[in-house]
Amino acid sequence: MGEVESAGLLETKYSRRKFIKGVIAAGATASSAGYFIGGSGLLGAQAVPGAAERLITLTINGQQRRVDVLPNETLAMTLRYRLNLTGTKLGCDRAECGACTVLVDGVSQYGCSMLTNQVRGSSITTIEGLENPDTGELSPVQQAVIDEGGFQCAFCAPGFIMSMTAMVNENPNPTRAEAAHALSGNLCRCGDYDKILNCAMRAAELARSV
Amino acid sequence: MAEKIIGTDIAPQDLVAKITGRAKYAEDFRADGMVFAKLLLSPMPHARVRGVDATRALAMPGVIDILRADEVRQIEGRPGEASLTDEPLYEGQPILAVAAETEEQAAAAIEAIEVDFEPLPFVLDPLDSLRPNGPNAYTGGNRFGGGEFSELKWTEADFEEIEAGRMPNGEAAVEWTKGDIDAAFSESDLVLEESIVHQSLTHHPMEPRSAMMYWENGKLHAFVSTQSAQRTKYAIAGTLNIDPEDVILVAEYCGGGFGSKISGNTHMEVPAVFSRKIGRPVMLRITRYEENYIGRARPGFQSWLKMGFLADGTCNAIDLYIVQESGPFGASDFNTAGMIADLVYTPQNMRFRGIAMYTNTPPKAAQRGPGGAQIVIMMEPILEKAARQLGLDRLEVHLKNAPDPDVGFGPRNSTLTSVHAKEALEKGAEIFDWAGKQELSGRVEGSKSTGIGIGLSPYTAGSRGYDGLMVIRPDGKLYVHQGLGNLGTHSIMDTARPAAEILNLNWDQVELVWGDSSRGMPRSSVQAGSQTTHAHSRANHAAGMDARAKVLEVAAQTLGGSPSNYDMDNGRVFRRGGGASMTFAQVAERAIELGGKYDGHELPDNIHATTVPAANMLAGQGLMGVARDNYGGSGGVYSWVAGFALVELDRETGVVDIKEYVAVTDCGTVLHPRSLEAQVLGGSVQGIGQAMTQRWVFDPKWGVPFANRLYTARPPGILDVPLDMKADALGIPDPQTPVGAKGIGEPPVGAGGAALTSAVADAMGGHCLCRTPLTPDIILAELEGLSQPFTLEQHIG
Repeated sequence: MGEVESAGLLETKYSRRKFIKGVIAAGATASSAGYFIGGSGLLGAQAVPGAAERLITLTINGQQRRVDVLPNETLAMTLRYRLNLTGTKLGCDRAECGACTVLVDGVSQYGCSMLTNQVRGSSITTIEGLENPDTGELSPVQQAVIDEGGFQCAFCAPGFIMSMTAMVNENPNPTRAEAAHALSGNLCRCGDYDKILNCAMRAAELARSV
Repeated sequence: MAEKIIGTDIAPQDLVAKITGRAKYAEDFRADGMVFAKLLLSPMPHARVRGVDATRALAMPGVIDILRADEVRQIEGRPGEASLTDEPLYEGQPILAVAAETEEQAAAAIEAIEVDFEPLPFVLDPLDSLRPNGPNAYTGGNRFGGGEFSELKWTEADFEEIEAGRMPNGEAAVEWTKGDIDAAFSESDLVLEESIVHQSLTHHPMEPRSAMMYWENGKLHAFVSTQSAQRTKYAIAGTLNIDPEDVILVAEYCGGGFGSKISGNTHMEVPAVFSRKIGRPVMLRITRYEENYIGRARPGFQSWLKMGFLADGTCNAIDLYIVQESGPFGASDFNTAGMIADLVYTPQNMRFRGIAMYTNTPPKAAQRGPGGAQIVIMMEPILEKAARQLGLDRLEVHLKNAPDPDVGFGPRNSTLTSVHAKEALEKGAEIFDWAGKQELSGRVEGSKSTGIGIGLSPYTAGSRGYDGLMVIRPDGKLYVHQGLGNLGTHSIMDTARPAAEILNLNWDQVELVWGDSSRGMPRSSVQAGSQTTHAHSRANHAAGMDARAKVLEVAAQTLGGSPSNYDMDNGRVFRRGGGASMTFAQVAERAIELGGKYDGHELPDNIHATTVPAANMLAGQGLMGVARDNYGGSGGVYSWVAGFALVELDRETGVVDIKEYVAVTDCGTVLHPRSLEAQVLGGSVQGIGQAMTQRWVFDPKWGVPFANRLYTARPPGILDVPLDMKADALGIPDPQTPVGAKGIGEPPVGAGGAALTSAVADAMGGHCLCRTPLTPDIILAELEGLSQPFTLEQHIG
């Protein structure tokens, strides 16, 4: 592909975007052979300039938390950047990996894919809320992970542990295949699935004996 | 008696932090006045920035400043990566950054910046760059050497060969031969020739490479995601051209790297320079989308392979040509691939030719088993085909060709410290029941056919000569200072075990100090190439021996007699046969009184210069053990994994269901069995992703990737792997290292991937697809007799 051809092809591509951008922003101008392109910081997501924060009340880990949030703010961002609950991880921000899994009224949900305003009135549990608040004792799922020496890099661990918590509540006697299905919304890039399943089975065992 | 520590399952010390959310990864740190930076990424695969108009963006609410390419380090006159650039060489390369009070404001400002790009010719496929009149990745050419760019093109005749599926004869950058391949091929009873495409794939660690940094009193405080720690501190100092002691590196946890964050990464420079410019802490939160572009990928190969066999299954000749897609900044996988082909199949007669071509695709870097994983994934199905045509069992063919401990391989006949590949194959075959499963091979039931496969994969697994640093403090505990990164392999914990055993301590009497350079880090290996288990079990062994000798001397000086009269156990040093004793707490206090070498005020002459500042900082705090690994050794350190897979292929859908997987490793003494199992099976799962699902897909007209997120090039999920996988280790100590342990990170990837490509070939009746990944579209096209594309940039479907 020669220089002239590739430049021509690019013109086709960007003149369209330029046109759309021009309609929206009426701000772009093009030089004769150049391609003025607006940057894309959010890359797919849309910034909402001028959106106003609103003070709302959330129930998180059994506590009432008053917090200012934007209308388009996700629960994961509120947890991490407003409430400093950084145990909830952002692995993909697009419901692909499950690192941000939290419990909303006991149901596992991707924190990156819920707006904070959607969960007013719900009870939110994050990884920080699993230990016994009075004794500091680990939850059965957390204890199971210790017993099995679970996880490698563990960036996915909070999300997996929240999914396991939902699993043992719903199905305290899973088969290994059922456990795998319950955890299939979470991705572990280290590939430590065999041990994660061992943790899940041990978690169910501990939860049954509580 | 103190407990046995080496070879036992002990949950890593950091596990409670990891499962309660208290473990802080880079993006979890906050600082007063922290602002957010966002990157503007190039929308074109190759362009020149002629102008930037940020007037509107800088006037927006909350926006603080812009950072341009001329404010960061630039590599001039040669291929090299800058953190920001005015000549992007791939789509997604960062052009500039904006800082604002909130991330939303920074992102909105990026949208409002107008960039004047001049598009330049680009190339995605290395063969296109070699084609007569084909485009070049750089304006100056497609090759770089001797300080200048040049242009290398193959001839039309070479491309006629390629189009006919035959090996071309175009100029190679690397060529070596051993033996006489022409004579050997003429003696071969079977010669197979294949052309193979191995796709590129992204590293995609779960934690994107976010970083937060600020400056305080002239020192940079850097909170980063990196595989290594001590070495990353020096890398940052080098990039910024500042005194390494002015870098406070905090890297407590790393959410995966797999070769993409070895000593940090190029884009750490952005928050460092930006925070210095604006006087505020800067958080650069990298999204998955950005990680896909700047987060590195394994180089793809287009290759031609000719393999000769004798009737008894002996591989007597290999002729291998690899064209590598190197991205804009280069990679060296193809050289390793040639070496590993010679090591696994020991042909005695071999020619290797290779050339790495620059392309305008996202940057390449070592990915777990670089070069080695690709080559065994490519070659194992060909072995499958050969065994079938010769009427031999594949395991037998493997055992016939696998190296013995006296192997010499590659162009310089490199030697190894220990090799137990055959034992690994035999043990794996036994656990998998290879003999019993023969009847399943090729079995067809309805639309499903079954296949079994073997993947034998070696890789480097050690290095020598680093330093150990540890202090017994007046609280009686041993503090082992680790300069490694905390990557999740647990080697940062487990390599301290030899020191604990040498000092006869229980594991709860050992504290690990890591993750913060201000607490003192010795000169360490990079946490890459599976080096650390070997390198730092040795370094901590050496420092542990130094501490032990000093404890005995302190006891003798304090209580009388000679050091040889004393022994130690459970935090107490005592006179043999009874009598006076001291606790380690008393020993530490006495060492501080004695000073000199005992508390680290005098240091050994032979430790590395970069250990000295850390040791000086710790001097006077207790009894110091500090030493360089001088154990020596000759030959390379390699570990091996033999993987075995049973798959079921649905010929109607092209979907492969992995039913069983077994892996057995030769990696020397096992430090931590459960962690080793996680490494072996986890690495195998990554290999399964490499063989089956992960790849790049580009629009060849625009040079932009289609597959650019996790779901479009998905790593295996929990439903994609067998419910029960089995791993085992031979546990044969390496004779050249005092602890006997070799590394394990790299080799399982090739084993898992090759067991899959080999099993799929078996399920298809010995048909070698010679394409990875084996996505359903590739398998269905093959089943329907369609021709497969020989390109890297575009997978069908």
